[in-house]
Amino acid sequence: MEPVLECSRLVKDYEHTRALAGVDLTLYRGRIVGLLGPNGSGKTTLIKLAAGLLQPTAGEILVAGRAPGRETKALVSYLPERTYLPDWMSASQAVEFFSDFYADFDAAAAMDMLGRLAIPLESRFKALSKGTREKIQLILVMSRRAQLYLLDEPIGGVDPAARDYILQTILSNYREDATVVISTHLIADVEQVLDQVIFLRSGTVQLCTSVDEIRAEHGCSVDAFFREVYKC
Amino acid sequence: METGWQLSADRPIYLQLVEHLQLSILSGQLPPGGRVPPVRELAAEAGVNPNTMQRALQDLEQSGLVQTQRTSGRTVTQDAGMIDALRAQRARREVGAFLDSMTRLGMPARAAASLAADEAARREPQPPREG
Repeated sequence: MEPVLECSRLVKDYEHTRALAGVDLTLYRGRIVGLLGPNGSGKTTLIKLAAGLLQPTAGEILVAGRAPGRETKALVSYLPERTYLPDWMSASQAVEFFSDFYADFDAAAAMDMLGRLAIPLESRFKALSKGTREKIQLILVMSRRAQLYLLDEPIGGVDPAARDYILQTILSNYREDATVVISTHLIADVEQVLDQVIFLRSGTVQLCTSVDEIRAEHGCSVDAFFREVYKC
Repeated sequence: METGWQLSADRPIYLQLVEHLQLSILSGQLPPGGRVPPVRELAAEAGVNPNTMQRALQDLEQSGLVQTQRTSGRTVTQDAGMIDALRAQRARREVGAFLDSMTRLGMPARAAASLAADEAARREPQPPREG
């Protein structure tokens, strides 16, 4: 099968800032990938390019062999850093909205997960906490049968118990034809579910390896290794 | 099937999974000839990546402890000799670690061994006394 994401010499500039400075990367299917790096290293920019929300300045990015656009948006399920659901909407309305919008959306799976986390279905988002809104958004995104999931800081705002549930959700939705990319600072919480990790620094890929290779080679967790590599 | 997949942060995850599964076999939680749960189930239970669990199971397959059945997934070997050999190997490693930590306490290996023998005798059920 073709790679689900390919970048070659990918560059993205914002006015005078170079956010990505030549990224070469190939991701295959059936992986859970950690996209790691300090603030401003290009994680969100890379995710937005793959989601088709930004255009590259130079170089190439391909999702399932195609340039990001209408076709690839049907294959990609993207969780932005901030939730985008309107304040007046409720969880059950959001489920309907996603059902209408995405052919690959599994409404029954979403309702099941919402129920398990005891999320009020009829309350408007305005009345819910930030963490609860984030959980709903993540459940919606994970309930699509996509080929590439792009999760930008999915666990940052939620409590540790919900974090465990979310990681369980990612694991139980694992499919061999789909890859999940998780960008996060909370490495210690996610490293057990990752098989591959990408370290970004100043807009380039500094390291692309597996969790167990880091542990075998350096005798420490990915979290500890990250702290060492990016020591301030 | 079981609980308590406690994984430490400083060693490769797949090695720890191999050791955990070996223990399940030695303790009979996964009995000889018994079915090994599917990769995804084990991975979800341990909270680890399915590819990492797959690698651990492949490792057990290579050592012969686990066999792939064409139709019904994986099963534990029925070769009792192989399981005994694994037990001896794991036990020797535990004994080595025990002696190392006794040495750190300043106790020579022989003294540690006789202490262990005393402790073992104490734990044995006492035969009922006559009279």
